Amino acid sequence: MSLKRIDLLICCGSGCVSAGALKIKERFHTVLTEKGLQTEVNIIETGCMGPCDYGPVMVIYPEGIFYKTVTPEDVDEIVEEHFIKGRPVSRLMLKDEDKTIASQKEVPFYQKQVKVALANCGYIDPESLDEYIATGGYEALGMALTQMNPQGAIDVVKASGLRGRGGGGFPTHIKWQMVHDRKEDEKYIICNGDEGDPGAFMDRSLLEGDPHRILEGMMIAAYAIGASQGFFYIRAEYPLAIKRIRQAIEQAREIGLMGKNIFGTDFCFEAEVRTGAGAFVCGEETALIHSIEGNRGNPTPKPPYPAVSGLWGKPSVVNNVETFANIPTIFVKGAEWFASMGTATSKGTKVFALTGDIKNTGLVEVPMGITLREMIFDVGGGMVGGHKFKAVQLGGPSGGCLTVEHLDVPVDYESLKERGAMMGSGGVIVMNDSNCMVNVAKFFMEFCVEESCGKCSPCRIGLKQMYDILDRITSGNGKEGDIEELQRLGESVNKLSLCGLGQSAPNPVLSTIRYFRDEYESHIRDHSCGNKVCLDLMHFDIDKSRCIGCSLCARKCPVNCITGSREEKYTIHQLDCIKCGNCQDVCPVKAVDRIPGTHPEVKEQRAKQQAHNSHDD
Amino acid sequence: MYKEICSKYAPTKDNLIYILHDIQDTHPQHYISEEAVDAVAKYLNVPPNHIYGVLTFYTMYSTSPRGKNIIRLCESPPCYIKGSENILRKMKVLLGVETGETTKDGLFTLELCACLGVCGNAPVMMINEDVYGDLTEEKVEEIIDKYRRAK
Repeated sequence: MSLKRIDLLICCGSGCVSAGALKIKERFHTVLTEKGLQTEVNIIETGCMGPCDYGPVMVIYPEGIFYKTVTPEDVDEIVEEHFIKGRPVSRLMLKDEDKTIASQKEVPFYQKQVKVALANCGYIDPESLDEYIATGGYEALGMALTQMNPQGAIDVVKASGLRGRGGGGFPTHIKWQMVHDRKEDEKYIICNGDEGDPGAFMDRSLLEGDPHRILEGMMIAAYAIGASQGFFYIRAEYPLAIKRIRQAIEQAREIGLMGKNIFGTDFCFEAEVRTGAGAFVCGEETALIHSIEGNRGNPTPKPPYPAVSGLWGKPSVVNNVETFANIPTIFVKGAEWFASMGTATSKGTKVFALTGDIKNTGLVEVPMGITLREMIFDVGGGMVGGHKFKAVQLGGPSGGCLTVEHLDVPVDYESLKERGAMMGSGGVIVMNDSNCMVNVAKFFMEFCVEESCGKCSPCRIGLKQMYDILDRITSGNGKEGDIEELQRLGESVNKLSLCGLGQSAPNPVLSTIRYFRDEYESHIRDHSCGNKVCLDLMHFDIDKSRCIGCSLCARKCPVNCITGSREEKYTIHQLDCIKCGNCQDVCPVKAVDRIPGTHPEVKEQRAKQQAHNSHDD
Repeated sequence: MYKEICSKYAPTKDNLIYILHDIQDTHPQHYISEEAVDAVAKYLNVPPNHIYGVLTFYTMYSTSPRGKNIIRLCESPPCYIKGSENILRKMKVLLGVETGETTKDGLFTLELCACLGVCGNAPVMMINEDVYGDLTEEKVEEIIDKYRRAK
C-alpha cells in the first residue's frame, strides 16, 4: 500500500462488474493520467462491498465518502470537483428521504451489520497479500502454529460455538475432532466452494473479495486435523473466484506461508484448486469428493462419513467457505468474543444474500438472532415499489417460505427449522404481494427436478411426480386431493432420499401448503390465480374507457395480437395472446389489466381441443 | 491435438474434469467429440464409458457442436422473480433460436443455467466468462449487438 493523498476503493465484486465497474475504473485511470494526478490517487479494486442494488459503488478515503450508481460519465466530475477542489459530489450520494448521506458509515444498509467473515470484503485489494497482512492477516495462523497444539486449536473452535455455514449447521469442531482422532497418515482438508443455492452468493464474494482469509482458515483447520494437503472445490461458473484463490496460493508460497515448515514449525501444507462443471448436487460433501476424484458427482450413503473415509478413502473434513472465513478472527479476537454474539445455540454472525423484491439487494452480515423484520426492513430497506411484504424463502430450494407472522422470529438454526424453513447457505429471497406461492413452489420444484442426480428413486421419481401435480394445478387442471397427495409424496421423498438435496427438496412445497393453503385451494377449486401470475389462470384485457388509442401496446406486442385504432381503441385477441405482459408495462395510462381466471374464449377453445385430442399437452 | 492437451495434465483420473474443460474451451465449436473421448480414455487408461458418464453428468459440457459465444441465462428463482422469462423471450426473438440451439451464423448458442451467484443484480446472464446484470430487453439488444460487431 503506497501512501497517496486519496484512496479510491472501487467495488469490483461480480455484481458491480456486471453493472459496469471496470469501465469506470478504466475511465479513472485515463482522467487521472490526463490531469497528472496518478501519483496522488490510489485506485484500489476491492471485493464486494455489499449493496449490489446501488452498483457500481465506490468509497473514497480519507473521508469515507460513498458514491452509488456511478457511470463512466460521472468520473470527470468526481476528479474535478472531489479530488481537485475537495467538494464531494452530492448528486452521487445516497438519498434517504430528504437527507443526503455522504459517509459510508451512515448508510442505513450498514447500520445493523457486524462484519466478521466479510471484514475485508470491499475494504482491501483482494489481489494484494500485503494488504491482507496489514489488516492482521496470517496472525491467527502464526498464533495457532506457534502457541497451540492441534487439540488446542480445536478447543478454540469448540469454545467459539462455530457451526457449519453451508447449510446443515453441524458443529465445526466435531468434524475436526473426528478427523484429528484418526490414526491415518494421510488426511485431507477440503473447502466447499460449490455454492449452488439460487439466491446465495456469499461464497463467491468471499472467495473473490478476501481469498487469503479463506486460505488462512483452511490452513488452521489443516493443522488442527493433521492434514498437509488441501483442496478448494469451486464451481466453474465462478472464474474470478478460481483465479483469485490460485493467485492467493501462489502469493502465500512465495513468502513461505505455503510449503514446508511454515512459520518455522513442522507444519507443511499444499493447497490446490479443483473446479466443478455445473452440477448443483456437488455441494453435497460425498458428491463433491467424487467429483474431485474425477467421477460423476453422485452422492453416496453416509456412513461412512468423509471423516472416516473421504477423499481417496482417507479421513477428510469438508468445510464451507464462510466457515473458514470466520476462523482467523475467532483466533485473533478470541472464542469468547465470537460466542458473545448470537443466540444460545447459534453463535457469531451469518452472511445473508438479500434478493428479490427488496430495496437493498446485496450481501449483509448480521449477528445470529436478529429478527427477519430487522433484516428485511432495516438492513434491506423494505419492499420496493410500494408493495407489501408477502413471504420470504430462506435457504434456497432446500428451505421453506415464511410469512408476515414470522417477521419477529429470531434468525438462528433452530428457530427457522421449527417453522419449516432452514438457514441453508443464507439465501434470502423476499417476495411481495404480487407473487403466487403455488407458482413459486412449482419453480423451486422444477429446479430440484433438473438438478436431481438421478441416483435414488425417491428423489428422481418423487420430485417429478410432485412437479407434475404442481404443473397440473397451475394450469387449471388441479383435482381434489392434489394437496394431500403433494404432502404425502413430499414426506416420502424427505424420508427416503439418499442425500440432502432430495431430503430437503419438498420443503418449499410443504411450507407453502402449510402457510398458503388457500392459494392452492383457489387454483384447484376456482381455476383462478388470485395474484394473476399463473398464465393459464389469468388473462390481460384493455379497459376501453381508459385506453387513449396510442397504439404503443400494439407496437410492443411480440405476437401482434393487439389491434385497433385511435377511435376504436385497442383490443387483445385472447386466443393468440402469449401473456408476456409487455402491453401492460408500456401502457402510458395503465389501461391494461391483469384479470384472474381464464378468458371465456380461451376456455372454450381448450375444451374443444381436449375433446379432439386427450393427449394434447 | 487432444494428445497435446492431455499431456498438460498428469495422467490421473482426478484431472479428468480439467482435461474436459480444456478440450471444450480450446475447440472452436466448444464441444467434446467422440474422438476426444477416446483420446482422453486412452490417456487416463479408463474405459470411454467412464469419460462419457462424467461428460454427460455435468451441465457445462456439450457433446454436440456449439457457437462461438455461449450465452448462459440464469433461470433461478431470484432472476425469475425479476423477470428473466421476458429476457429469455427477447433473446429467442433476437437470435432466432430456441433454448439449446445455435444461431445459423455460428455466433451464439443460447443456454439456460442454474444460479450464477450475482442475484443482487438479477436478471443475469453470462456470455463466455463475462457476467451481465440488471438486464432489460433494451440492454440485451445492445449486448448482443456488441458481440455481433466484434466478430
